[in-house]
Amino acid sequence: MRPVSAPHPETWLKVTPSGLFCEPGGFFIDPTRAVDRAVISHGHSDHARPGHAHVLATRETLAIMTQRMGEGRAGETQQALALGEPLSINGVRLWLRPAGHVLGSAQVCLEWQGSRAVVSGDYKRRRDPTAAGFEPEPCDVFVTEATFALPVFRHPPAEAEIARLLRSVALFPERTHVVGCYSLGKCQRLVAMLREAGWERPIHLHGAHVALCRVYESLGVPLGALRTATVAKKDDLKGAIVLAPPSAVADRWARRLAEPVVCVASGWMRVRQRAKQGGVELPLVISDHADWDELLATADDVQAPEIWVTHGREDALIHALGQRGIRGRALHLVGRGEEDEGEEPPPAP
Amino acid sequence: MSLPAFAELLERLVFTPGRNAKLALLARWFATQPDPERGIGLAALTDDLVFSAAKPGVIRELGAARIDPELWRLSYDYVGDLAETLALVWQPRAGVNAPPPALSDVVTALETTPKSEIPALISGWLDTLDAGGRLALIKLVTGGLRVGVSARLARVALAEWSGQPVEAIEEVWHGVAWPYAPLFRWLEGAAPRPDPRDQPIFRPLMLAHPLEAPDLAALHAPDWRAEWKWDGIRVQLTAGPGGARLWSRGGEDISAAFPEILAAMDFHAVLDGELLVVRDGEVAPFADLQQRLNRKTVTARMQRDFPAAVRLYDLLFEGPDDLRPLPFDARRARLEAWHARAVPPRMDLSPLVGFDSLDTLARIREGARAASIEGLMLKRGDAPYVAGRTKGLWWKWKRDPLTVDAVLMYAQRGHGKRSSFYSDYTFGVWRADGELVPIGKAYSGYTDEELLWLDRWIRNNTTNRFGPVREVERGLVLEVAFDAAQRSTRHKSGVALRFPRIARIRRDKPVEEADRLETVEALITTALAGDAPAG
Repeated sequence: MRPVSAPHPETWLKVTPSGLFCEPGGFFIDPTRAVDRAVISHGHSDHARPGHAHVLATRETLAIMTQRMGEGRAGETQQALALGEPLSINGVRLWLRPAGHVLGSAQVCLEWQGSRAVVSGDYKRRRDPTAAGFEPEPCDVFVTEATFALPVFRHPPAEAEIARLLRSVALFPERTHVVGCYSLGKCQRLVAMLREAGWERPIHLHGAHVALCRVYESLGVPLGALRTATVAKKDDLKGAIVLAPPSAVADRWARRLAEPVVCVASGWMRVRQRAKQGGVELPLVISDHADWDELLATADDVQAPEIWVTHGREDALIHALGQRGIRGRALHLVGRGEEDEGEEPPPAP
Repeated sequence: MSLPAFAELLERLVFTPGRNAKLALLARWFATQPDPERGIGLAALTDDLVFSAAKPGVIRELGAARIDPELWRLSYDYVGDLAETLALVWQPRAGVNAPPPALSDVVTALETTPKSEIPALISGWLDTLDAGGRLALIKLVTGGLRVGVSARLARVALAEWSGQPVEAIEEVWHGVAWPYAPLFRWLEGAAPRPDPRDQPIFRPLMLAHPLEAPDLAALHAPDWRAEWKWDGIRVQLTAGPGGARLWSRGGEDISAAFPEILAAMDFHAVLDGELLVVRDGEVAPFADLQQRLNRKTVTARMQRDFPAAVRLYDLLFEGPDDLRPLPFDARRARLEAWHARAVPPRMDLSPLVGFDSLDTLARIREGARAASIEGLMLKRGDAPYVAGRTKGLWWKWKRDPLTVDAVLMYAQRGHGKRSSFYSDYTFGVWRADGELVPIGKAYSGYTDEELLWLDRWIRNNTTNRFGPVREVERGLVLEVAFDAAQRSTRHKSGVALRFPRIARIRRDKPVEEADRLETVEALITTALAGDAPAG
């Protein structure tokens, strides 16, 4: 689609030690260290670092960053950009489209001299009641993640996993179901999906999950009745659902719970050995990242002749893209996959 | 629909550490599945039903037919398990909307389909299933289910679900073949209990309580008979016109592992006794018997090196006559007469230990130091043979344990309820060269408060981590109780302890004053003549 005269994106969108740099625009996208001008795709800490002078992102991402990093640390100046609203920076046209990953997550779309690149950040194609759905943007170069880029990762419908959780709660009404999940995105998505499935009772939270749930609610995502698990009596937690960071569910913190059924919600739960290592009793395959089929479908949808892979299992993806006549390129960006489930689960502590 | 439901059951069982949770999952299966599906599922879980329809090669070929070889290689590298890889990468053909098979469909089709058509059959089923269902199917047809449900656990689940005593279920279990339709009909109250007739079945054992000081004081010596408590495994021998079986204490059929015993069971009777390794008339240490346990088959060499024998102590049936209602004394007389007449090879009688008073008996118990003897059994002379653990009829009076002061070296997290606690402890003693060498591992004996304290101590004194294991500062002495010390090549120290447990935490004791290896070595007891223990 790029006119013959237009420059190839690799001439103006460059991999630097600080991350992807748009040279004519003078800004980085999701830089890994503090820079002067940063465009941030979403609030996970491996994409949103503190200490930038100027930060551009969606209103929701800015709110999440400010909550997590503290006033002033999430960019000395902040600029909110609404989805779909174009902006021109030194002749580079920039606009954001939803990525479907977590609340506020956006793909960063860039066009310079008729050449277009889309940096998608992390994304998924499934419905998520807490995040606007992914919208494909045709482009010359599509920059993708590859967290679950193996054909073994095909996430089942998340609704079916929630139904499994509720069946287990019905079977073990005297026990607490504690679900390990990351505090930004997964936690709120689980709450919202439980509400959709008819679970109206209060949901208990580990202290680490409370603040971001408040941010979500203040941004217009209703989550229903939430309680702090830390102060609840053991008896009150019988039959309850508790959400906690994955590191807490099988450790000392969980002793306050009534005979807990340890659950973890993550795409990694698809592989049995991974789930067993963590001492998980009920693995729930629920992911905020694109699975194998979604990665390939997205490659088709954006019609890009060339796809750059930032982090994950690039071998399999680049091989499969090659079979479709798409040129794949591994960027080997450092420092990615360190917060949410982009990180592989550690072995049991 | 039963295969997806079975897949969910399997997955939950594989990940569930708790016994009660497993029982609840099994009960739900029995309650919600129709016949014959629930019985087939049960048989598959307990390994009564094992398929060998497909070899790993078939799985690999199915994978190769559906997926690019490079992607298959990368996937298999990552997952590491052939069946799981295929289950996960399988892409059902578009437009297949056949319902998933029932377990009974799978069983019937595998029996009637020619071998050459099996791959196509499996492939057709895989197209109807989700990833969990595919994994269950592949594991099922390749005979590799391995979910860790023992037949005993399954029977307890049947008992809890139906309200029938587990002993009543055990009596008929081995007389009913899968899919156990008559068993389920009885348990649901729709038919009388199945009659096993001449089938060699397991009869639930009579069990003993540990004897504590107050119980001892209440005993009236003339009412009681004493036998040695042998350090082997309890077995039941069942032989008659319907065949012969050797059962473990839990009702597991262990006949295949002990062909020499089976060959000697040329009679019509049901006997209770202790399985031992006996060499030249001497009972070998338990470690020798362990070599023979948990085997599906046994080599001639194993039989020669670790020859098995049974020391008999009760007769439950003689011919078709049920002797269990008779008092112990009468059964003993029948046992002795039967043994004198039948003279079965590899079987002798466990002798009665004579005594005139409980004081004498206590001295006899204290004096018994042979490794093959754990203590004494006390049995009421007038007690019938009652299934289960009825208090006041049989007592086990174990020797006082030996103890050693050892240093805590490593700790590991437990399972299930203990998964957040460091509850498994490896401890060691000092060797002459000043090195601390491990002599055993214990995960019981402490109170809840002691466990909390130990867990905290371990977290605060960790020097190194190896996965789930923590190495700790050499700073804590544990008093470890155990039943016997034996030579072993498993530990660097060359000794192994039998039934080690934590007796006390010795916070008061400096680690330098913990025991030395020589002290433990001196406690190693050699095998003494089995029928003439030191009295």
